[in-house]
This record gives sequence, C-alpha cells and structure tokens, in this order.
Amino acid sequence: MIEVDCLTKYFGSVPAVVDVSFRVEKGEIVGFLGPNGAGKTTTIRMLNGFFPPTSGSARINGFDVFDRSIDVRKRLGYLPEHIPLYKEMRTEAYLRFVAEVKGVPAGQRQREVDRVIEQCGLRSVRKKFLGKLSKGFQQRVGVAQAILNDPDVLILDEPTIGLDPKQIIQIRELIKSFAGYKTVFLSSHILPEVSMICQRVVIINEGRIVAEDTPEGLTGKDKTKVALEIKAPRAETLARLRAVPGVAAVSAEARPGDHTGRYVVEMEQGKDVRDAIVQSIVGAGWSLLEMHTLRLSLEDIFIRLVTEEQGKE
Amino acid sequence: MRSSYAIFKRELYVYFSSPIAYVVVTIFLLLSGYFFYSAFAYFSMISMQAMRMPGVGGINVTEMVLHPTFGNMSVIMLLMMPLLTMRLFAEEKKAGTLELMLSYPVRETELLFGKFAACMVVFFVMLFLTWLYPFLLWLYAKPDIGPIVTGYLGLFLMGAAFIALGLMVSSLTENQIVAAAISFGAILMFWLIGWSEAFAGPALGKVLSHLSLLGHFESFSKGVIDTRDIIYYINFNILFLFVTMRSLESKRWRG
Repeated sequence: MIEVDCLTKYFGSVPAVVDVSFRVEKGEIVGFLGPNGAGKTTTIRMLNGFFPPTSGSARINGFDVFDRSIDVRKRLGYLPEHIPLYKEMRTEAYLRFVAEVKGVPAGQRQREVDRVIEQCGLRSVRKKFLGKLSKGFQQRVGVAQAILNDPDVLILDEPTIGLDPKQIIQIRELIKSFAGYKTVFLSSHILPEVSMICQRVVIINEGRIVAEDTPEGLTGKDKTKVALEIKAPRAETLARLRAVPGVAAVSAEARPGDHTGRYVVEMEQGKDVRDAIVQSIVGAGWSLLEMHTLRLSLEDIFIRLVTEEQGKE
Repeated sequence: MRSSYAIFKRELYVYFSSPIAYVVVTIFLLLSGYFFYSAFAYFSMISMQAMRMPGVGGINVTEMVLHPTFGNMSVIMLLMMPLLTMRLFAEEKKAGTLELMLSYPVRETELLFGKFAACMVVFFVMLFLTWLYPFLLWLYAKPDIGPIVTGYLGLFLMGAAFIALGLMVSSLTENQIVAAAISFGAILMFWLIGWSEAFAGPALGKVLSHLSLLGHFESFSKGVIDTRDIIYYINFNILFLFVTMRSLESKRWRG
C-alpha cells in the first residue's frame, strides 16, 4: 500500500511537486499521468527515498519512506525512467547480482533469476552484454530487476517507453497480471496505455494533482459523440439529425463530388439517442453506411482538466 | 553484509574485465621495477669499487636498495591510486546506476565497504606482484627480512589511506577526471605537509609533521614499527571512510 500525504518538493525556490496526496491500495494498479516535466519522476524519487520531500510524508506498507527507508526498500521494486544498467555486465550475471544485493538467499537465487528471465522474455539475451542490448531489451531487463525477489510494491517510471508494439503488449500483460496481489504505481505520459492497465488514474500537471478517478469515470464526464456515414443530400440530413431529440450538436465533414456525407453527432450528457438517429435516417429512406461511437481519449480529458484548472486561477 | 559481498564481487569483475586493473598494475610494476633495478645496479657498482678500496665501510643493502625502492614505490602509488579510485562512485553517479542501487535494501556502509574491499584487492595484487624484487635481492645480497616486511606493511597501510581518500573524493563528484585530479592533489598535499614544519613554529610544526603521509612512512621503510604510525594510518582510513559514508547518506536528507 502506498499512502502519500501533502508531499511537496522545492528545488531551490522552484516548486516541482506541490501538496500531492493520494493512496494506492494493496493489489491496486494506479496510473500516474502527466505531461513531461509535471513532477512524476520527482514524486517517484521521493517515494523510493532518493531524496527527501521538502514537506509532507509518504508511507509504503506503513513504513515512512524517509525514516524507515531500508524497510521500505526491502519490499519495493523500482524501475527508473532511463533504465541505468551496468553496460559491462551480461544479462544473467547482472540479474544474479541484483538478486544477491536484494537479499535473495543463495539457494533460491538461480531459480528467481530464471523466473524473471522467463516472465520478461529475456531468454535469448541471457549471455549478452547489457550495453549491447536494444532499447526494448534493456527496458525489459529493467522490469526484470524490479520484479526480482517478488516485491509487494512496484513503482514503475514509464515502463513501456522505447518498446515496440509487441513488446508493449507483453509488458502490459505482465503488469496486468499483478492486479490483485501487488501494489503497482506506474507513471506514463501515454494516456491510452494507462486506461488499459490501470484501475485508477492520478493526473498531475505542473506539480499539482488535477484529477483522480477511474478511467471510465474520467471519460464518463464528457458528452458521447457518434460518427455517421450517410448516403443522402447534406442539408436535409443535417436538418433531420438536428431534429432528433437528445442531440446536442451536429457537424458535417465536407467531401466534394460525393453523395455520401460524414457527420459527427454530439449527444446530450447521459443520453443515448443512437437508436432514434437510426430510425430517423432509415425512416427517410436513406442508407446508413456506417455508425460508430467516438471514444473520448484521455488526451481530450487531460486537455479539458488542464484548461479547467487554468480557468479557475 | 551479503550485499557488500555482491558489490565487492561486481567491482572486482569491473576492474578485471576492463583494462583498468591490468594497465594500472602493469605501469606500476614497470616503473617500480625500473627504480629497483637502478638502485640495485648502483649498489652493486659501489660494492665493486669498495672491494678494491679496503677501509671503505658502511655499505648497507637495506639502506641503499630497499629504502629507496620502497620510497619510489610509494611515489608511484601516489600517482596510480587515484586512477583506481576515481570511478568507484563518480561513474555510478553519472550513469544513474547509484540511484537504482540505493533503491535496493542496501545500506551506504555496505556499498562503501564492498567498493573499498574490491579496490584494496586490486591494490594488494599490485603490491604482491613486486615480491620479485626482494626475492632477487635475497638471492644475491641476503638482506634483513625485517625491513622488507615492515616496508610492505607501510606501503599497504599507506595505500589503504590513499583508497579511503580517493573514495571520499569520488563520492563528491560525478566526473571521474575531477575525482582523479582532486584525489591526486589532496594526497600530494598530505604527503608534503610536513615540509612546512621548519617555518611553521614549534607547536603548529609538530602538528603538521604529524599529519604528513610521508613522515609516517619513513620509519616503516627503515624497518621500524611505531604504533604511532600504524594508528595514524588507521585513523586516516577511518576518518575518510566515515566522511564518505556521510556524503553518501546526505543524499537522503539534504533538500
């Protein structure tokens, strides 16, 4: 479990993180979202005891990260942003070294190393020098060293950065498999990724928390949009769509020399009028070629939250 | 202490899997071998002349060969040891591996002792490989064994002091060249500080001469074991290792 209370960090007189509070319950996967330079890494570094907070406190598994640092670090797996590796070591030797430093008993060390090599798909690079590995493999070695010794709490700073799509899926699956029995706190600036892995999202901007909710909760606050492709005269279609009760706004995409038109219908909050739209189009004798819901990406939400925040000030 | 042992093994691996240890040890052996050869050749020339001139006495192999050889070895150490210690913390700070290392349940003392011990082993190997010089001397000149043993003891203690100081400097910077330059300067300063004894006044002069790394080595190379010298080197080590530990720990509380 991670508990953060009013954490604040100043570098000189520059505030990096201001009054940040949140909790990550045991077994929960929480995403920490924000643009570059928002204070994600600073918060994470305070959590693993790299530097102390200017004020406020944080506890991991009930131990204060500052006063009981060793107790915290015994049960913590950490993946820094730019994974720093000993380039002159080979993958397996490095992981054995980490296992020994983390205090895995000698008898179990090889088994533990083999386990993380399997889980992170590192079998083909066991004997290769870390400095010679591709970025994707280096990142996976970083994840491997974090999950060595089976820590209860994982703090991952941008775990999928630099990976190709297939590797991203593998790492995501791995992180998802921790749900329910490990506490995972991961930072990212890739928003869809967080909504895929995490049960809850904490959004930070300019050192302050701007929102904390489930990915669904965040998207639910916005109006749903539907995209349509209809074979019909444009003006009439627009009029007909606007007439459907529950439709807030309609916009058309112009495509010259073509009888099919593309439209985006924005529905009033909390209403689903897709059925009524279809009835109305088909009732007029037109062809409905395509219809799909436009999911609001977290990018949209993020921009909305940040502009709301600025509006308040 | 399990982590200390892991760190110790890793540091040794780095020293011996890269050219660092080989280059430093080889240069040390080349230079010290040359100095030994010069002293020995000069000694044998003087001996030959003395044989033809009866009445000339006071030719002593300990004083003419061993004493200068140990003195010269200590000077080469002064030049070489900062090169062994400069990377120990600076490299890890620069690469960011120190951040990851300190996220493991490792105490600063464990990290420090692992690194200190690994560097001591490299130094010990370097010193051990010079066994050939006293052995050759023993084959032809039958020197006293005592001064040889004390000379090595002195070199060993002095080398440990160099390493402790070098570690401290390396923990303060992330630039290896800076670490080497400052270690070298600081060691040289401690080496020569006794020179100001003559004009620093009686009270301060005594303090300064007691601080000198070189002054405490003199008696060892002459075959004298003085507990004051041993205590000086041990204190020197403890002081600098302690400061290093504090400098590492300061990351955790300094804002």
